[in-house]
Amino acid sequence: MNHVGVLFKREFSSFFATPVAYVFITIFLVLSGIFTFYVGHLYERGQADLLPFFNFHPWLYLFLVPAMAMRTWSEERKSGSIELLMTLPISTLHAMLGKFFAAWAVLGLSLILTFPLWITVNYLGAPDNGIIIAAYIGSWLMAGAFLAVGVCMSALTKSQVIAFILSVVVCFLFVLSGSDVVLDAFKGWVPLWFLDTLAAFSFMTHFENMSRGVIALNDLMYFGIVIAVWLYAGLLVIEQKKAE
Amino acid sequence: MITATNIRKTFGDFVAVDNLSFQIHSGDVVGFLGPNGAGKSTTMKMLTGFLEPDSGEIRIANMAIDTSRQAIQKRIGYLPEGAPSYGDMTPIQMLNFIADVRGLTGKHKRARVNKVIELVDLEAVLDKPIENLSKGFKRRVGLAQALLHDPDILILDEPTDGLDPNQKHQVRKLIQNLSKDKIVIISTHILEEVTAVCNRAMIIASGKMLFDSSPQALQAKSKYHQAVNILFDDLPAVEVFSALKGVKSVEVDEVNCAVTLIPENAEDQLGTGLLEQASAALQSQGLTAKSMYVEQGRLDDVFRELTEEANLS
Repeated sequence: MNHVGVLFKREFSSFFATPVAYVFITIFLVLSGIFTFYVGHLYERGQADLLPFFNFHPWLYLFLVPAMAMRTWSEERKSGSIELLMTLPISTLHAMLGKFFAAWAVLGLSLILTFPLWITVNYLGAPDNGIIIAAYIGSWLMAGAFLAVGVCMSALTKSQVIAFILSVVVCFLFVLSGSDVVLDAFKGWVPLWFLDTLAAFSFMTHFENMSRGVIALNDLMYFGIVIAVWLYAGLLVIEQKKAE
Repeated sequence: MITATNIRKTFGDFVAVDNLSFQIHSGDVVGFLGPNGAGKSTTMKMLTGFLEPDSGEIRIANMAIDTSRQAIQKRIGYLPEGAPSYGDMTPIQMLNFIADVRGLTGKHKRARVNKVIELVDLEAVLDKPIENLSKGFKRRVGLAQALLHDPDILILDEPTDGLDPNQKHQVRKLIQNLSKDKIVIISTHILEEVTAVCNRAMIIASGKMLFDSSPQALQAKSKYHQAVNILFDDLPAVEVFSALKGVKSVEVDEVNCAVTLIPENAEDQLGTGLLEQASAALQSQGLTAKSMYVEQGRLDDVFRELTEEANLS
């Protein structure tokens, strides 16, 4: 497991050396501020909670996380450093985990840096901080799921642009499948179990529970499984076509 | 020891490596030669565990690479083709990263990092991002990371490509100074490099082994091996040389005023047979030569003959 740590350290500092992390964090903070105050009307609602903030996270992540994930493997392929990495005495799994956790940590850091919002609502009223913590955990888990998709797509190609587009599309499907638009379109003419399954596949359904403060085992499991499955898929892709 | 048995690797229809077998022992410094696309890099990628052969077996230090990949990789230092590295890192960060991955710690780690920095002369650029470095420095960073853990087996894919003549010299020196019980495999296009640093030359083309022996044996394959080269101020009549015993043919280079006596049988001429005869002939004709020397053989010609034959067949 030591290798995961070494890889993590390299990847994490690389996010800050190529200023990807700074750009990401800044844009994340600015956009989440805009969404929370101008679109979500945090003040006007007159409620001391962070629902307007968390509600927009799936949509924010939809574009920002693939942008962060696209470089993980594509860049290694493009520059050829994948050959260096894969001929070091490191297993592909450890490399994968190191990369994933490093990017996930940057996402976590971005979330932590939204703490002024949390201070604001606590100053303005008396929110249920338990709900807010649950929502933060949920948001981070969901970000991990987006990230795992992005990492897998990045494993597929040398081109960061293709990796970005593919992961936005796949993530979009995962977000959309639980949205009212899709569910309404299917309602009435497909069996209920299908509708439920479709909704159950969505990041939205599971995140919504958590953003309301409900930490249920099945939601945790869902994100855990999504992350594991996509990372494993990425692992297979890398093992199969690392030299291409 | 490295043993490759009937390894084969294809990419689609293209056969990159075709039933290649060889053994490399400790102390061997192997020069891996071949035209572009001959399968040199592919073979190296298989030896280092980056690619798996489609068929055949590779055993290194008595371990099979498909089952003990990581254990083998611990003992190998590898410079991949083009010396890829992480552009956003500085050489010192890169070396520390590789040292961490290789499990070097504490004093030993610092000592090794400093040692390789000194070996390849990286001091001046330690804190500049690798992507901003010149080609020569990038290559040296690649060499440094390959040498970092003082591996038993060193596999270097075109280590001197992109280096200036001084740096080339430095790298050759470095390879020569490695301890004598290591295995070193270098691939190169530069034939002189093989005679300069290697004690074994392997030529492959179209994925097949064409030649595997000492660089001297490679030179001996040249028709110019043991040929006598004489330079004049003014070209004399050459009939006197073609009449000499043991001379197969005489080549005249009118531009440089040079005459080359090609021996019938190079092995018979070992020593100074032909050279003595030629100087006697010069004296008897009252000719003065600007210079006169015995050639070792022209590797370019041998290389071309060998690899073109392979392409034809």
